[in-house]
Parts: sequence; structure tokens; C-alpha cells
Amino acid sequence: MEVSVTVNGTVRSADVEPRTLLAHFLRDDLGLTGTNIGCDTSSCGACTVLVDGRSAKSCTLLAVQADGAEVTTIEGLAGDDGLHPMQQAFHECHALQCGYCTPGMVMAAVSLVDEYDSLDAAGVREGLEGNLCRCTGYQNIVKAVLAASE
Amino acid sequence: MTDTLDTPTLDDSSPFAGGIVGQARLRKEDPALLTGESKFIDDLVLPGALWIACVRCPHAHARIGSIDSSAALAIDGVVAVHTGPDLADAWAAPLPCAWPVTDDMKNPAHHPVAIDKANYAGDIVAIVVASSRYAAADGVEGVVVDYEPLEAVVDLDDAASDRVVIHDDCGTNVSYDWALIPDPDAVDAAFADAVHHVTETYVHQRLIPAPMEPRGVAAVPSPHNGDMILYSSTQIPHVLKVMAALTLGIPEQKLRVIAPSVGGGFGCKLNVYAEEIVCMALAHYHGVPVRWTETRTEAAVSTIQGRAQRQTIELAADADGKLTAVRATLLADMGAYLQLVAPGVPLLGAFLYHGLYDVPAYAFTCRSVFTNLTPTDAYRGAGRPEATYAIERAMDSLAIAVGVGPDEIRSLNFIPTEKFPYDSPAGLIFDSGNYQPTLDRAKELVDWDGRRAEQAERRSAGSTSQLGLGISSYVEMCGLAPSRTLAALNYGAGGWESATVRILPTCKVQVVTGSTPHGQGHETSWSMIVADQLGVDPDDVEVLHSDTAISPLGMDTYGSRSLSVGGTALWMATEKVIDKARTIAAHMMEANTEDLEFSGGVFSVKGSPDKEVPLAGVAFGAFTAHDLPDGMEPNLEAQVTWDPGNFVFPFGTHIAVVEVDEETGAVELVDYAAVDDCGNQINPMIVEGQLHGGIVQGVAQALWEEAVYDEDGQLRAANLADYLVPSAAECIDMKMDHTVTPSTSNPMGVKGIGEAGTIASTPAVMNAVVDALRPHGITDIVMPASPMRVRRAIEAAGGGAS
Repeated sequence: MEVSVTVNGTVRSADVEPRTLLAHFLRDDLGLTGTNIGCDTSSCGACTVLVDGRSAKSCTLLAVQADGAEVTTIEGLAGDDGLHPMQQAFHECHALQCGYCTPGMVMAAVSLVDEYDSLDAAGVREGLEGNLCRCTGYQNIVKAVLAASE
Repeated sequence: MTDTLDTPTLDDSSPFAGGIVGQARLRKEDPALLTGESKFIDDLVLPGALWIACVRCPHAHARIGSIDSSAALAIDGVVAVHTGPDLADAWAAPLPCAWPVTDDMKNPAHHPVAIDKANYAGDIVAIVVASSRYAAADGVEGVVVDYEPLEAVVDLDDAASDRVVIHDDCGTNVSYDWALIPDPDAVDAAFADAVHHVTETYVHQRLIPAPMEPRGVAAVPSPHNGDMILYSSTQIPHVLKVMAALTLGIPEQKLRVIAPSVGGGFGCKLNVYAEEIVCMALAHYHGVPVRWTETRTEAAVSTIQGRAQRQTIELAADADGKLTAVRATLLADMGAYLQLVAPGVPLLGAFLYHGLYDVPAYAFTCRSVFTNLTPTDAYRGAGRPEATYAIERAMDSLAIAVGVGPDEIRSLNFIPTEKFPYDSPAGLIFDSGNYQPTLDRAKELVDWDGRRAEQAERRSAGSTSQLGLGISSYVEMCGLAPSRTLAALNYGAGGWESATVRILPTCKVQVVTGSTPHGQGHETSWSMIVADQLGVDPDDVEVLHSDTAISPLGMDTYGSRSLSVGGTALWMATEKVIDKARTIAAHMMEANTEDLEFSGGVFSVKGSPDKEVPLAGVAFGAFTAHDLPDGMEPNLEAQVTWDPGNFVFPFGTHIAVVEVDEETGAVELVDYAAVDDCGNQINPMIVEGQLHGGIVQGVAQALWEEAVYDEDGQLRAANLADYLVPSAAECIDMKMDHTVTPSTSNPMGVKGIGEAGTIASTPAVMNAVVDALRPHGITDIVMPASPMRVRRAIEAAGGGAS
């Protein structure tokens, strides 16, 4: 099936099997491998992207469901002036180690901060419940998201 | 709340004077990882690659009958189906186990693809090769295997009884018995004379390591010249190269192993796996790249699991509670086969069941058995978490028996600082230690006395929300390892590490390390070490690693060895290159080398402040080679391979505070303090990060995680929906501090910190849970302390249903 998605501001079209996951479409068809896949039960959140501005696990969507949507992946976050404030906060707070969960975690955090006017630590912890990290114990992730939300 | 960065990170004796080491410098790895620029194994673009998918036995124990591939082969995109018998000649040897801990250890043949019989649910019985990952997965559905299910052995005692023998050729399920009893008579005498004799039995459930990146493999052949590149999401490209060459029977010089960005390992990527060997064999067979990416559900059975043992620990003590002997007995689950270092995992804990206590007599024995479950192997801490758990839980029991506090029993028994280097009763020499300050500081951080008062108030008020406080003081042995010690333990390799420091003509620096990072931040820390020594900017130091063509010598990353072994090799190589530069600088300035000082990247002549030459001048001079001292080789490069003389022994005290809801059985972690000592710290930010993650991984063993198997050997927690890797919502901010007691095992005075958090935290939490429930007479909860288990324990203790 023909699918057309605006990804990081550019319209991208491809002919895909109907069963193609959005995550695989982004990675295998568009070559945007920053979106990582960490599970097959939509539990880990490594594949989180923004779909029409809100965070979504790209393994829970078929590519055809995203037809006509605007998708932002981790590759679309940093601008000409450098890292996005959330990426910068992750860097400064040592909120990543192996970095595999990081793209999804950053995208989820961007969406979370966008969604709430103010966040406290408990709100960040609840808000990121769908994104697993095995390296950091979350302490510095929470710190980074709070820093970026200010 | 974080206190760490206020405490000094370097001892006055540290060799670092450049002002770089010891600072919380941000990581140079981050920009690529934060933007999606890093390439993990599944990100590699390999034109023409075929994908494989594995047909895995659904039964824990079954004879393999006929395999009908016809339906699979009819699927569009499926290229081939290979069975175990088809591939029997594709490798020269079964999958390797490098640690035959005893001469008579039973080690059944572990074929990458099973032949005749499958021995755990997940054992590979056939491989589908296809043009896409989707087609390969479809092909698996089309392979029909005729199985004859056999009785499964899932229980440790059942395994040891040999009621069902899994491997006919072994004749028993017992793989080995191993003992460490330096003085049996002394142990017997101590127990005979003991005033207090504590006996406790604890179970370490099976754990799924679950790095966020599943494993993956890609084998890229060059059919005509015979080269093979193996990409793998592995912790051990160097070890894998040797083992893969031997297993496949291919010339090692034709094999290059590359670990791309690796998304965590925690020990489970410290192995030689069937899929690596299969991809290489099939790449050779089909003449094109062959790749595989593990799914998460597959990983639950196809990647090694950790812990899985039952331990009995006995303490003998005098009337005051002073320990006189420790005796530990283990029954360990190897799973269906012996993976790379699995038999050695209990041995890595065998020396530490007396913890950080001064104990004169010591005995350790271990029996390891096969079961029809996924093979076990090293998982973060590997042996040391188990040992620490046993002694730290039992110390709380001893405190109760003696009638003193858990802090007091520890202080009474800590190895006194003046006894270092300490000759341990297990035969080790502990390099350095100063334990009491870590306990004092941890108590301070959690307001120990205040919390004790609050606990008493809640109890007297009849609250159903009980407070529990748990201490865990630990010492661990890491920095694996002196090669001669490994030889004495029958390990199949050495414990050295290699480093090369290369100062380029423009005075930029390349570092080649045999350590292989997968999240630990080696590029940052290594560049800080070299920059501090050379007086250059850390951003001018590039660290190359994880590719055997670039870094041919290495022993890789595990056992908290990278800094104390690989970092030491690096430090020495840098000193060596400075020595060479000094000789060239002396020649340039027509001075004696012994008259030269090197500081801030500049060589100067003592007493002649105007005579100086910067390192950059030396580097370019070494490159042009126009005027070098007679006999000196051009270029500025040095390589060192270092074999440590001893382990390093980091230590610390962690205290957990939990709230237990007696009505629901829910346990909540409400406070946590960690005071650790890993000697001099290269980058305290990274040290703290390692601890954060390690602590949570250990807390998860105590409270949430378990690879639950049913009686047929079926894994009931085979994905991240059922296997409870904690999220941010369950975790809390931990209070961190440290002390600095330099190691004497290496010139940098450093110790490892990658596993310490995991080693310390599990017993701290479980001691807290039991402390909360002690009024009920409860002395143990089997891990994980789930609400169901806690409620049942309360009910069994007469607490009644509510």
C-alpha cells in the first residue's frame, strides 16, 4: 500500500506491506534508524516518536495508520543551532548511558513537557512510566526533564 | 538529592595533577546517542543481506522427530530452512564453555542448532533464511516439527536427584562440585565452640538481564578472499573472535569482529551465542551477509539468565557476636547447557561469603546442576551479589540472635582498617579498605535514629503501614583478573588488557583500548585520563575500541574490569609515550632527559625556564623524523598490555528504608542511601550514574523481577509486560555519597564501580522488608517480595486476612 507521511517536515512516501509497523517504516524504508525498537509488546517505549505532536509508540501503529500524519523522530529534534533543550538537558544531567532508550525517552519527555504547564518529580516519573531504561535508574532522567521543563 | 560532588574524588596520593581527572565532565558519547546518529546492530545497512529467524522448541525437553519445511519454503521470500543435522558439519565444535572449573566437570555438547533432542524451551531446532525479517518470521510459522515431549526438570533438588537425567552422555544432572575450604578443622572447631550459630537458606530467583537493546548479529562474508566480518551486539568482540574462529574452524586472521554501539549488556552479552555462530556459518554457505535481530520475547528464552541458585549460609559467633566462622553451601542452576563462563559464576562469589568481616575460618562448597531451562551465566555482579546477599541477610539474623542492632553487629565485625592489606580467610588479599565511615555516613543520610523512632511510633500506634530499615555493607572483588589466579581457577583465558596511545603529528591523540564499552562512558573517561597526563584537551583525544581490526588486542568489558585493568594499561601506555617524548625533547633542547620536567603539555629544563618545547613540537618532530636521537623509531606511540597483580576490592554501605502495607502486602521504597568507595574517581558523574542504575537493578531483584517458570519449564514472564523491569514510577531519588580509599593494586588507585550498586542493594532492601515484618516473627520473604508473598507471609504468621 502507498503511504505518505510528513516526517521531520518532509513528505515521505513509500509502498509498504499493510502490516508494516510505523517503527519499521521509519527505520527500514526511510532509513531513520534513530528510533530504536526494544520490545514487541509496546512496553518499553524505545520507539517513541511524536505523531501530530503527541508521543506515540511507533511499534503500536501501522505505517498506514500514520498516512497523512506529521511524525517527528529523534532525527528531527536538533536544529541548526544545536541540540533541542531536552537533548541538551539529558546531556548535562548525564541522563543516558548506553543510549538505546534515549531517543524514545527524549521524545516522550518532549511530549510530556509540552502537555503540562508545570511538572514536579512525581509527575515526570508518572509521565514517563511507559519508557523503560535499564542503565540510569531514572534519577538523572527525572532531573533532566525537570531542568528542561523550566 | 545528591551529595557526592561535594566530597573529594581523589586522594592526595593520586597520580593525577592535570585538573581533569576527578571532574564531573560531560560525556563525549552523548551527542551521537541523543540524536540517533549512533549505529546499533539493527541500524546497519547491509545490501543483499539475508535475514534468519529461529525455530525454537516450544517444549522444555523433547525429542526432535521429523522436520517438514515445505510450507515454509513455499512462502515468498523464504530462501532456505536449515536443521541441526543439516548444519552438523558447519562448525568444528559445539558452542564453547571457557571455564571448566573442575577436571571432571560435565559439559554436554551444546550445538548451535539442536540435533535429536531439545533441552529447553527456546533451544533452536531449525533456521529459516529469507530475504526480509518479515518473511523469515513467516517462515518460522511454516516449519512443522514433530516433537516427542519428555519430562522436564525445572526444580534444583529434582535436578540433583537425577530422577530424569537430561544429558544421557553425562549420566547425571550434576555438572560439578567445587569446594574452597582452606582449613576444615578450624571451621569445625569454630562451629563446635560457637555461642551463636545462625543458619539461613535463601533463594536467588532467575533474572532476565534485559538490556534495552536486544541482541543482534550480522555476518558479512567475502566468499573469494575468505574474509569474514562479524558484527554483534556483544560485550566481548575480542574473546568472541578467538572463540568463533575455534568453534567454526576458520582462520582467526581472516575474522574481524565489530561491536557497533551496544545498548547495554549487564553480562548477558558476555557470551558466544548460537546465533553468532549460525549467522557466520550461513553467511559462508550462502555467500552473502546473513543477519538476525532478537525480538524481546525471544530474548527472554534465547539470552542467558542470571542468579538462579539456592544458598545456605551458617555463621558461628562468640557471645558478643564476633564472627568465628562462615560456611556457605550452594546449589546452582546452570540451565540446559554450560554457556561461556557459567560454571565460574558461583566461583566469583565463592571468596566473599564472609563479606567485609574479619573471620578466621571459612568454608564454601558449590554443586551446579543442569535443568531444562534457559542457560544461566554472568549477570551484573556475577557471584558477588549472591555472596553479599547471603552474608548481609545472615548478619541481620545474627544481630537479632545476639540482641544488638544491625549497625552494631557490622561495626563489631568489620575488618579493621589497620589490617589492610588483609589476608582473607578464603585466600585473597584485600587491597585497601576503611569500612566504618561508609556505615556512619549512610546512617546519617537516612536519619537512622529518626527513622528508628518513627518505626517504633508506628508500631506502638498500631499502624498497618510498617517502616523497615535495611543495611547492606559490602566488599566485592573486581578488576578481573590476575591471569595466574584465573589459571588456578581453571579459566580458559587471561585477565590482562591492552592499550595504545598514539600522539598524531598535529598533537591530537588517538587511544586504542581493548576494553569495549556499552554504556559506561569509556570514551569520556579514557580521554580524561590521557588528557590529564599529557596536558591536552580531552576533546583532542579520540578513543577507538570494539573493532578487532582497529584494536586487535583486548579482553573486553565485564567484571568491573575496564578502568582498573584497561585504564591502567592506558595510564601506563601514556607514561610510556611521555618517556619517549621526553627523550626526543631532551635531544631537541640538547639537555639530559633527567633534567626535563613535563607539565601542562610542555617539556622544560629544570632551572632554565626559557628552555622549553611543547608536546606538539615533539609530536611533529617524531613525525618528520628529521632529527631524532640515534636509534629512535619515528612516531610517538606506545602500547602496553597489563596483567594485574591483584583484584581490586571496592566497598560501601547502602541503607534502604521501605514502607510495607500490611493490608495489601505492597512494599514501597521510601528512602535509599548509598555510600561507596571505589578509590580515586576519574569522573564522579559517571561513577554516580553507574551506581544509580546498578542500585535499581538490585532493588528490582528484591521487589519486582522474576523469570517465573511453570512446572513444565515454560517461561511465564517472557516479555516486558510480564517481566517487571522497573519504570521511573517505581523508583526514587537516591542519596549518594562516597569515601576515597585508593587501591594499592594499580598505579591510579582505582577500583571498579559497574556492579557495586547491584551487589549492595538487593540485601539492603530485603533486610528492610524483613525488618518491617519482624514483629510478625517473619525472618524471610522469597524474592521478589511481591504483595502476594508479603501478604501470605503475614497470614502464615497469624496476621490474618483483611
